[in-house]
Amino acid sequence: MIEYLADLTTPISMGILLGGLYAVIALGLSLVFGVMKLINVAHGDLVILGSYLAYAILTILGMDPIIGLVIGVPVLFVLGFGIQKYLLNRAFHVSMEAPLIIAFGLSIIIQNLVQLIWSPLSRGLTTSYSLASIGAGPLHLPLIYVIDFAVALLVMLILSQFMKRTYLGKAINASSQDSRAAQLMGINTERMYAFAFAISMAITAIAGVFLGLTFPFTPQSGVSFLVIAFGVVILGGLGSILGTFVGGIILGLAQTLSAYYFGAATQMLAVYVIVFIILAVRPQGIFGR
Amino acid sequence: MEKQEELLLKVDNIDVFHGSFQALWGVSLSVKKGEIVALIGANSSGKSTLLDAVSGIIHPAKGSIRFEGKDIATRNPFQIVASGISQVPEGRRLFPSMSVLDNLIIGSYNGRARLNKNGNLQRVYELFPILAERKSQLAKTLSGGEQQMLAIGRCLMADPKLMLLDEMSLGLAPIVINEIYKVLREIRKRGITILFVEQNVRRSLEEADRAYIMKTGRVVLSGEVAELREEEEVKKAYFGI
Repeated sequence: MIEYLADLTTPISMGILLGGLYAVIALGLSLVFGVMKLINVAHGDLVILGSYLAYAILTILGMDPIIGLVIGVPVLFVLGFGIQKYLLNRAFHVSMEAPLIIAFGLSIIIQNLVQLIWSPLSRGLTTSYSLASIGAGPLHLPLIYVIDFAVALLVMLILSQFMKRTYLGKAINASSQDSRAAQLMGINTERMYAFAFAISMAITAIAGVFLGLTFPFTPQSGVSFLVIAFGVVILGGLGSILGTFVGGIILGLAQTLSAYYFGAATQMLAVYVIVFIILAVRPQGIFGR
Repeated sequence: MEKQEELLLKVDNIDVFHGSFQALWGVSLSVKKGEIVALIGANSSGKSTLLDAVSGIIHPAKGSIRFEGKDIATRNPFQIVASGISQVPEGRRLFPSMSVLDNLIIGSYNGRARLNKNGNLQRVYELFPILAERKSQLAKTLSGGEQQMLAIGRCLMADPKLMLLDEMSLGLAPIVINEIYKVLREIRKRGITILFVEQNVRRSLEEADRAYIMKTGRVVLSGEVAELREEEEVKKAYFGI
């Protein structure tokens, strides 16, 4: 019995740590939905774009992907601001569906662009630490999983403090709660939307790097990570940081435990089953209002 | 007659449409510095639309809106708030899941008001001590009267020269309404000009210096409240005499 439990500690710890990465991947999706009520179907591809950007920085400049974030984060931040300002804000005036269609178009463009530049082959961010492992007693964990989790905690802490303490964070929050009232308070809500998308993209850049350090990726990987991100936010309730974290951990655990009991092929199936159950039982998510 | 420099707000002959429905027909209105002006009328007579046009939420198809001599008819709401017009919207529209203090801080979002944030916050707390007591509570946990006080306080945080108030006594107990009007007189003493929308005609004619009476998107009567009280039409329509 004790041995059996000792066996389980590995998938359980791996699942929790993996959940941190999933939370970071989902955070941008959750933020954009929370503020703009837009389901950004390009989110998975934007994460993968972040991975390829890190890959370019690593192969061309020889810069460590984590340090390379000093380039990646601002680049995607500005790109996000531009996408919202010049594409999505205009589309919001047309209809609620128009931004969704634009996001879908973006998804296709990014996939093809990435494939054109880096070929359809699988890539990975290989560094000295991406294959290292750390152990404590019988437990051996890949170092990168531990880093993923620590980064997730850090990103969520910074984001929640930013939203709570700064003028900009409060104004974004106000715009999401009642955009008309926010306008009457002197807030340029369209600018807030652009900032929200830009922040979402900055987080996406971070997610892309740690995803690339953890898993190999191809131009098509965005779709499966979009599904995972959806699963996380559906579990946690869209627009909640804590909910996203818990949702990430539940999905991480579902994947590692299903792999442990039923084999690696069932990992994605476990995600779909859990999402299905939550949608049937509690469609607003565990933390949803 | 009226000297140009005294005029704070001048709405001149505006038409406003909601889609294909015309909500305002050639409406003109002016507010002098330091005045309290009431906008009276039944439901959907165009009062709120007029306030929204001044706030820049909706732009007139025709006519001009001048504030301190500058045309603001095509400006965005955030630019209008920055120039000194702030609105307490109908239904209060607080940010329900934010604290009382954060609601007030959001009020001071425009650059000019942000510089005076602490001073304005003190003044709002002087006017409404209850808000200081409840500053860390979520806005949605306040009573109706307290919510209205917060909405007015949030508006004052924007450091307005002209304050627009839309149906602020709706759904409140008479004793609370009395208290809020008392504060309004206090706000006026501090040099802020007030344009308010009110359904209660008797109340409006007591509190305001001048009033405009609207009906189906048009201004049908206007003048000093003392004159309006004597108008046969007003007596018949609103006082049942």
